[in-house]
Amino acid sequence: MDLTETTRTALAALFSGEAASTTPVAGDDAPEAAAEPAPFGISEPDPVRTGTWLEVRCRPDQVVEAARILDDQGFFLESIAGVDWPDSGQMEVLYDYNRLGGTTCRVLVRARVTRDEPVLPTISHVFPAADWHERETFDFYGVRFEGHANLIRILLPEDADFHPLRKDYQP
Amino acid sequence: MNVPVHLRPDETFVLNLGPQHPATHGVLRVKLTMDGEYIVHAEPVLGYIHRMHEKLAEAGTFAQFMPNTARMDYLHALAFNHGWALVVEKAAGIEVPERAEYIRVITVELNRIASHLLWWAAFLLDLGGFTPLLYAFDDREQIIDLLERVTGSRLTYCYMRFGGVCNDIDDEFVAGTRAFIQRLRGRLPRIYHDLVTHNIILIKRIKDIGFVSAEQCRRYGATGPVARGSGISYDVRKNEPYSVYPEFDFDIPVFPEGDSMARYMVRMHEIEQSLRIIEQALDKLPGGPVLGKVPKMLKPEAGYSYSAVETARGSLGHRLVCDGGKNPYKLKLRSPTFSNLSLYGEVAEGMLLADALAFMGSLDLVIPEIDR
Repeated sequence: MDLTETTRTALAALFSGEAASTTPVAGDDAPEAAAEPAPFGISEPDPVRTGTWLEVRCRPDQVVEAARILDDQGFFLESIAGVDWPDSGQMEVLYDYNRLGGTTCRVLVRARVTRDEPVLPTISHVFPAADWHERETFDFYGVRFEGHANLIRILLPEDADFHPLRKDYQP
Repeated sequence: MNVPVHLRPDETFVLNLGPQHPATHGVLRVKLTMDGEYIVHAEPVLGYIHRMHEKLAEAGTFAQFMPNTARMDYLHALAFNHGWALVVEKAAGIEVPERAEYIRVITVELNRIASHLLWWAAFLLDLGGFTPLLYAFDDREQIIDLLERVTGSRLTYCYMRFGGVCNDIDDEFVAGTRAFIQRLRGRLPRIYHDLVTHNIILIKRIKDIGFVSAEQCRRYGATGPVARGSGISYDVRKNEPYSVYPEFDFDIPVFPEGDSMARYMVRMHEIEQSLRIIEQALDKLPGGPVLGKVPKMLKPEAGYSYSAVETARGSLGHRLVCDGGKNPYKLKLRSPTFSNLSLYGEVAEGMLLADALAFMGSLDLVIPEIDR
């Protein structure tokens, strides 16, 4: 079995309890989830065009489990990025994982939360690399990572009262 | 005035290092909790040269962001040019002429050598050796002169375009580069290694100090010479090949020791490998155009794409989200030293202050690239 397949099998545990990739699970906090038509589940995009081998769309409460599985598989956390989708009232967080050596298999984990109350669990206890990346996402988007030991601004001044990468930010 | 301070034996104190301190090479600040000369806790404080490049990317078109890329890692600016060109070309499906890719590799590798030479000079300056800087800057000047001929600038290059590069190289550049390869090959063992690498003072300062394990690299996402100095064979040029790198025969230097000396050796060997790549690229250099046909206004399809390149400091990633418009919808820059520096606190714990500064130098930090 090649690496992508092994990883896909391991990640399938995330969706074992539900009919994966057929029924979108309506999150309690995502009333306008209709803007994201694709269901939760794992897909394999074209690596040449997207630079991504596996794409996992999951609920916010599953990102820790996804991080644990990828940690067991020997992955490292490449980056965490936020994306603001004001039209659908959502905030998206993208987690990029990759292998440190050997075959490349970039895994993108995507989770969406509501824009008004963006809260996700932290994965900094699984990957210490997430500590600074989560602080940066908080800094730029105001996404709160619950359980983070030191969720303070990292790049902007400590007394800043804005989140500049939100699409409605006016300087 | 000058009242002597008496600490209890178990008392610690806070020492503020930076943001204006010569050893931090820019504006990095580290909050240190000290027990005498030993570090109890170290916390890097970032953001002193933060310029919000990610917002600037969203505000302009794809092409307008190209000059910004060089202003992050100003020591290996061409790799940042290359990374941005590659991710947009990937998203928009742009073909690059072969000659342009060869020229990109030649210039990026020349720039990598210049970056390593400057790191070498600055690192030794941190350790108290001034003379090596004069040798390294002499060699670095040769590279900068060569690159100035083709790119038009000496430090913050804006040389690459989507679909190629903006200037072709000429015979004089090729001859000059060949002469430089010969020159540096002669000087590396004689000056760099005989004078410095085998110097007992250097060895005592950096050998068995600043130990970073392979597992720490994985947990903190450290890449580049930091990971390769800890026995991890990870180099984007080999592991996730891009451009025309698969056409060349070169090795990835890996040292398993994990100390500052290992990271030093990785970079010194990488200079030799880059010379090998440049030599092969000059030998095989194909003819043809250096810029493909590219629409004036780019509008890549909506979607997510990621592209990684190997800079002198590690894996640089661009996570790009497009919405079909003429501006990037979202760009996340995964800069290598941001992750490399995040392990500093854990490793510096229990170190002598002087050793922790030598360890910081061995990480090869470029602050504008961390703060973006």
